[in-house]
Amino acid sequence: MSVPLSYTWRNLAARKLTTLLTACGMALVVFVFATVLMLEEGLRKTMIETGSHDNVIVTRRSAGTEVQSLVERDQAAIVENQPEVAYGIDGARLASKETIVLISLAKRDSNKASNVLIRGVGQKGIELRPQVEITTGRMLRPGSTEIIAGKNIAERYKGAGVGETLRFAQREWTVVGIMDAGKSGFDSEIWGDVDQLMQAFRRPVYSSVILKLNDAAAFPQLKSRIEDDPRLTLEAKRESVFYAEQSQVLANFIRYLGMMLSIIFSAGAIIGAMITMYASVANRATEIGTLRALGFRRENILSAFLVEALLLGAAGGVIGLTMASFMQFFTISTMNWQSFSELAFSFILNLEIILKSFAFALIMGVVGGFLPAARAARMNIVDSLRAV
Amino acid sequence: MRYGAIAVQMHFLKLISRNSLRHKLRTGLTVLGLVVAILAFGLLRTVVDAWYAGAENASSTRLVTRSSISLVFPLPINYQERIRKIPGVSAISHANWFGGVYITEKNFFPQFAVDEKTYFDLYPEYLIPPSEMKAFRTDRKGCVIGRKLAETYGFKVGDTIPLRGTIYPGAWAFTVRAIYDGAEAGTDTSQLFFHWSYLNETLRKAVARRSDYVGVYVIQISDADRAAEISTEIDALFGNSLAETLTETEKAFQLGFVAMTEAIVVAIRIVSFVVIFIILAVMANTMAMTARERISEYATLKALGFGPRFLAGLIYGESLSIALAGAVIGILLTFPVAHAFSKQVGTLFPVFGVSLETVFMQVSAAIAVGFIAAVMPALRASQVSIVEGLRHIG
Amino acid sequence: MENASKSIVEIRQLTKSYRRGGQVVPVLTNISFDIMPGDFIALMGPSGSGKSTLLNLIAGIDKPDGGSLKVNGIDIAALPEAELADWRAANVGFIFQFYNLMPVLTAFENVELPLLLTTLSRDQRQERVELALSMVGLTDRMTHYPSELSGGQQQRVAIARAFITDPLILVADEPTGDLDRASADDILAMLVRLNSEMGKTIIMVTHDPHAAKSAHSIRHLEKGELDVMPQR
Repeated sequence: MSVPLSYTWRNLAARKLTTLLTACGMALVVFVFATVLMLEEGLRKTMIETGSHDNVIVTRRSAGTEVQSLVERDQAAIVENQPEVAYGIDGARLASKETIVLISLAKRDSNKASNVLIRGVGQKGIELRPQVEITTGRMLRPGSTEIIAGKNIAERYKGAGVGETLRFAQREWTVVGIMDAGKSGFDSEIWGDVDQLMQAFRRPVYSSVILKLNDAAAFPQLKSRIEDDPRLTLEAKRESVFYAEQSQVLANFIRYLGMMLSIIFSAGAIIGAMITMYASVANRATEIGTLRALGFRRENILSAFLVEALLLGAAGGVIGLTMASFMQFFTISTMNWQSFSELAFSFILNLEIILKSFAFALIMGVVGGFLPAARAARMNIVDSLRAV
Repeated sequence: MRYGAIAVQMHFLKLISRNSLRHKLRTGLTVLGLVVAILAFGLLRTVVDAWYAGAENASSTRLVTRSSISLVFPLPINYQERIRKIPGVSAISHANWFGGVYITEKNFFPQFAVDEKTYFDLYPEYLIPPSEMKAFRTDRKGCVIGRKLAETYGFKVGDTIPLRGTIYPGAWAFTVRAIYDGAEAGTDTSQLFFHWSYLNETLRKAVARRSDYVGVYVIQISDADRAAEISTEIDALFGNSLAETLTETEKAFQLGFVAMTEAIVVAIRIVSFVVIFIILAVMANTMAMTARERISEYATLKALGFGPRFLAGLIYGESLSIALAGAVIGILLTFPVAHAFSKQVGTLFPVFGVSLETVFMQVSAAIAVGFIAAVMPALRASQVSIVEGLRHIG
Repeated sequence: MENASKSIVEIRQLTKSYRRGGQVVPVLTNISFDIMPGDFIALMGPSGSGKSTLLNLIAGIDKPDGGSLKVNGIDIAALPEAELADWRAANVGFIFQFYNLMPVLTAFENVELPLLLTTLSRDQRQERVELALSMVGLTDRMTHYPSELSGGQQQRVAIARAFITDPLILVADEPTGDLDRASADDILAMLVRLNSEMGKTIIMVTHDPHAAKSAHSIRHLEKGELDVMPQR
C-alpha cells in the first residue's frame, strides 16, 4: 500500500504560489505544443477537404501544382472523353477544364497585397465540388464577367464582397456570390468563367482538368491510360491526394519547427519542475524520515514524489490545453510555398491532440520529478529525521 | 564616502554572491534554465532576421520589373531595349526563375536563367574570379553557383548538376564553371545562375510559344532618390499593352514575398517571447522559494538595523546576478548553435547570422526576468515584521 | 544462567560509530543489556552520549556496526531493508519530540497512516482509528489539521498513531521535550497507562529527570557506555 494520494496533492495545494508558477511554466510549453499540432491539423484538414476521393485532377507531368501546369486544348479534350468519366443528370460529362492564374490583391485592413488564386471553371466546376455551397448571392453566369469569391477572400480583400468589383487583366469583374467551401482551400479562391478568363489573360492553354469518376475504384485504369499515352505529357491523381501533397512543405516545416521548439521549451519547464520538486523534498525531509520509520518503503516514497510531479504536469497540461483551445477562434492566412497562393486555415482541436498534449505534460512532470524523487527515496532515515 | 557605507556595500556584494551559492543545485538549475531560454530566444530572433535577410540586403539602386498582373506571367524580351533608353537607367539585365528540383524537393535552392553578358555587372556583390567568369560565359550549358551552395552539396568547378525542370519540364544539366563569394556577410550565396539563351533555345524547339520571354528585368539606376520616379516611367511605358509591368525597388520586391508569409513570422516572434515567460515563471518561483526560506534571516537583519531597502537590494541583487550569469552563457552559446543550425538548414536560409540587436534583446530579456522575478519576494522581505519573521521556521 | 522469561530486546556487544568529515567517531561501545516485555525504561545521558542512537538501533531505523541486536528473537540487524520496513510497521511505535505529524493530513488521517501498510479494509481501519483517538481523548478533533491543535494534542495524536498497529515496543525520543508542564504530565500519564494497562514495552529517551520518574527504571549512557540505576 502506498502513501495516500491526499498526502501528495494536498502538499501541492499547501504551496499554492510555487505550484501555480511551476504549472504555468509547463502550461506554456503545452500551449505551444498543442497549438502547433492544432495548426498542422487545420492545415491538413483544409488541404484534404479540398479534394474528393472520387475526383481526378489531371495536370502536366511533374507539375506539382496547378499553377505550374499547362494542359493543351487538344490534350484536355482527350482527357475529358475518357470512359471512366461520370455523366451528369443532363447527360453532359462531369468534367471541368480549368485555368489557374495568380493575381495580386490588396487586403481590406492593411493595404498590403498578397497573391490570390483565380480559377476559371467550366460549367460543371461547382458540381464537381460538393463541399462548395453558394451562401450569399448566386452562382456566376457562364460566358459573363461575373465571379464568385471564396469566404476568406471576400472577408479579407478589398472589392471581393458581393456586389463589389475587382479589376484585373484590364477588365472589370463583378462579384455575384460568395462560396463556403467548408474550410477547404477553395475558401481562398476566386472563381470565374474559364473561357472569359483565358481570353482576358491571353492564355491559350488550360492548367488542369477535373473529372469525376463514375466508379471510384476505376482510378488505376484511368491513370495508366492517361500516363501511358504518348500524345499526352500528363499525369493523373486523385484530387484529395493532389491537394494533400501541395501543402507538404509547409506542413513539414510547421511540424519540424513546432516540435523542435516544444522540446527546447520543455527543457526550461522541466528544469522548473526539478527545482520545485527538489525544494519539496528538502522541505519535507522530516516527513520522509517519519514515513520510512513508520514502515513505508523507499519505493513508496519514490512513487509519492513521482505522483506529485505528475500532478504538477497534469495541472500544466490542463491550463495549457485550456489556453490552446482559445486558438480555435483564430484563422491564419499565409502563402502556400508550393502553390504561391493565399491559404487560410484555422486551428483544430481534436481528441488525439488533447491526449498527446496531456501525455507530453505528464512526461515533462515525470522527467522533472524523477531525480528529486530518487533523492527522497535514497535519504537515510536517521539523517532526515534530524533535518530541520 | 563614509567608511561604514563602503563596508556595507562590500558586504552587500559578498552576501549576494554567497547567498547565490548556498543552494548550488537550485541556483545551478535556474542558471541552466536561463541558458536554455536565452539561447532559444536568440535563435528564434535569428531565424526571423534570416527571413528578412533578402530584403535587408537589397540594393537601393536596383529596381525589379515584373508583370503587374501576376508574378507568374513572363514579360516579352523586347521590353529590354525600351527600358534601357529611359534616362536614369544605367544598366539592365533579365532573369527567369527556373524552379528546378535537385534530386528531391527538400534540396531547395534558387535557380535563375540570366543574361550571362550583363547580369553580374548589376550584382557587384557576387565576387567571381575573371577566369571563371570567362569560362562560364563561353560554355552555354555552364552555370555559376554560390559558395554556400557549393559547400552544402560539395559541388566543385567542373561538376555537373542535374535538375528536374518543373516550370520548364525536362531533364536539365549544367556544368559548374564558376563559384561566387558574397562581398558581405548578408549576401546570398546559395543561388545557381545559367544562360538564359540556353533556356530560350531549348524552348524554341520544344514549345516555341513560350520562348522569348523573361521573368523579371533587373535595372540599375544611377540615382537612388529617383527610384520611385523611374519606376513609374517604366510602368507607364507598358501601360495598356499586352503585358503591363510593375516596377519597384529590389527591397520592396523582396519584402513583398516576406509579407506573404507574415503570419508565420509573427507566430515565431510571439513564440520567442513565450520562452521568456516560461523562464520568468521558473525564476519567479526560485526567488519566491528562496526568499520564503530566509524570512527569519531577513528578520534578524532587520533587528540588527539593516533597512528594508537593503533587504530588497539583496534579493534584487541575487536575482539579477543569476539572470545575468545565465544570459552570458546563453549568449555565448548562441553563436556556435546558430552556426550549426545554419549548416543543418543548408540553402533554405542563405544568410543566418546572429545580429547585435539580437544580443541586445537577449541581455534586456535577462535583466527583465531577473528584475520581475524579484519584485514580489523583495517586497515581502522588506515588509517582514521582525517578531513574526524570527518565529518563522523556513 | 538463562532467564525464565525471554527478554524482548536482547543486545550484546553493540557498537556504532559515525563518520564526521573523514574522522570516525565512536558513539556506542560494546553495549550489552536486556529489556523484558512490559518494561518501561528511561534512557538518560548528556548530549552526544548515544542515547538517541541506541533508540534508533532498537527501533530498526539504523544499523549497528558490530554486536547483536535481537527483538523478540529476530536479529533485526540482519534483515534486508525492505523486510526491516515491514518489521517496523508491525512491531514498532514511534513518538518524536516534535510529533512528526504530516501537516497536510488530519488527525484521523495521521493516525490511519500505519494502518495503510496492513491489509485492513477501509471500514476496519476507520473503526480502529476512531477507537485509538477516543483512547487519547481526541474524538472531537478527528478532522483537525496539526496546525489547529496544541502541542499536547499533537503529541496525543502521535501516541495514537504509535499504538494503532498494536506494536511490540514503543520508542519515544524526548516525548515531552517541546511541551509545557501540564501537557507533559498528560503525555507521561498516557505512556504509563499504555505500559501498565496494555502491557506495552516502552523505551524512552529523555533528559528531563521529572519525565524519567514515570519509568520503571532509568539507565544512564555516558560516552557510549551504560550505567544501571533501578528506580523501584
